[in-house]
Amino acid sequence: MATKTYAGVNIEVNDEGYMLDSLKWSKEVATEIAKEEGIELTDKHFEVLDYIRTKVANGDTLTIRGINKSGVVDAKTFYQLFPGAPLKKATKIAGVAKPESCI
Amino acid sequence: MKRLLILGAGTAGTMMANKMRKQLARDEWDITIVDQFKTHYYQPGFLFIPFGMYTKNDVIKPKSDFFPTGVHVIYSKIDKIQPGENSVLLGDGVVLKYDYLIIATGCKTAPEEVDGLKDKLWYKDIFDFYTIEGAVALADYFKTWKGGELVVNISEIPYKCPVAPLEFVFFADAFFTERGLRDKVNITYVTPMAGAFTKPRATKTLGGLLEQKNIKLVPNFAIMQVNNDEKKIIDYGGTEVKFDCLVSIPPNLGDELIERSGMGDDMNYVPTDKHTLRSGKYENIFVVGDAANIPTSKAGSVAHFAAEILEENLMCAIEGRPFTASFDGHANCYIETGYGKGTLIDFNYDTEPLPGSFPFPGLGPFGLLKVSRMNHYGKVLFRWIYWHILLKGKEMPIDSEMQMAGKKL
Repeated sequence: MATKTYAGVNIEVNDEGYMLDSLKWSKEVATEIAKEEGIELTDKHFEVLDYIRTKVANGDTLTIRGINKSGVVDAKTFYQLFPGAPLKKATKIAGVAKPESCI
Repeated sequence: MKRLLILGAGTAGTMMANKMRKQLARDEWDITIVDQFKTHYYQPGFLFIPFGMYTKNDVIKPKSDFFPTGVHVIYSKIDKIQPGENSVLLGDGVVLKYDYLIIATGCKTAPEEVDGLKDKLWYKDIFDFYTIEGAVALADYFKTWKGGELVVNISEIPYKCPVAPLEFVFFADAFFTERGLRDKVNITYVTPMAGAFTKPRATKTLGGLLEQKNIKLVPNFAIMQVNNDEKKIIDYGGTEVKFDCLVSIPPNLGDELIERSGMGDDMNYVPTDKHTLRSGKYENIFVVGDAANIPTSKAGSVAHFAAEILEENLMCAIEGRPFTASFDGHANCYIETGYGKGTLIDFNYDTEPLPGSFPFPGLGPFGLLKVSRMNHYGKVLFRWIYWHILLKGKEMPIDSEMQMAGKKL
């Protein structure tokens, strides 16, 4: 566990940099976390982040398939928005826990 | 007469029919089980078919061999569950009422979910081994294959028997070595996970085995499309992997009847309390086996451990007592590593696979996360145990709850 400062707010994060308290999230915080990931956030990014935060708040599981079906963004665009590992990056920027891939 | 209705007569449903018939008085409870198919497949055996170790006959038996007397069996398609009316509509229009319902309809591969997968090369140069048809077609193909790029690709998570694709590449390494073809076969393991497995300790051991056996790992690959003309798979990020023979683990989905009943998530799995195994929404509906959305492996061992918990909790519900059993997500998987050896992992919701010995601390005879001949015998013996003990719902000398004794942190 560590404490980081994003947009002037002290925020506790885990070893992988995921926020522990997702209530401390704001658009400004997201913008700075995204910068660390090398991503410049656009309106489309925020639309996806909103969707992810809502899903997580409802206790739903996040999957690429679910996001593809969400109507917010298709899988291909999702990869373009958050290149490499979109689900891991998007959840980190959205201030929610990293999705568990249990198999 | 009260009625317990079980949908699906695979591993989980058959075990529940056997267990509950012993629990519930015959003059008070009717037990009915419904399935559209008459053949029971020993699914863990499919893996052995492409390499000529098992044939189709080794993995099939009539379902009727495993039902206890005093259980009504209906072979029929199921149209949908009507949970508001405590009834199930069968394909031919028959309506079955229930007091308690167990959903054990499993999950199955859905190759049509990936663009280009079930296309002109399907069962020509592209195969699955999670169906009897695919496993048999691949066995025929390997008999005359001259070598090239062998690519094994997992489409998405979750899928049945998470270790089977690894076992497949370990077997392929041994199989082509024994045929003197290994220098002509490049084996590549392409997975959406970040490594060979999800959890750190197991990933390290299994990843090490891949390296040792000269099997290339392509991680973080989320398949978007199979290009049949250029024989390559392409992921959303643009990565491409060329193949001569593609062995695909297609997406797995719950049964369509769950979707028709409006009871599933976006993959047709039924939202289920991961500890009690009761449906998240309906008090008299329970879910066991691959049909449930609980965060553990889709595997027979999980169904077996969950069935013991469900037996206890269903009796609690029927007798109006609070639930006394809680499922911990226990899974136990023998992993074939080729050349007559194997390894073993034992884990649950909270504890990742750890090294040690199983089931007796310090004694074994099986070694956790170790490659040994004994672990391979465990897997071979298991087929007998499955047919003769497990399906019939008899006691096994293994706790349904995962034990920490014998594990090294």
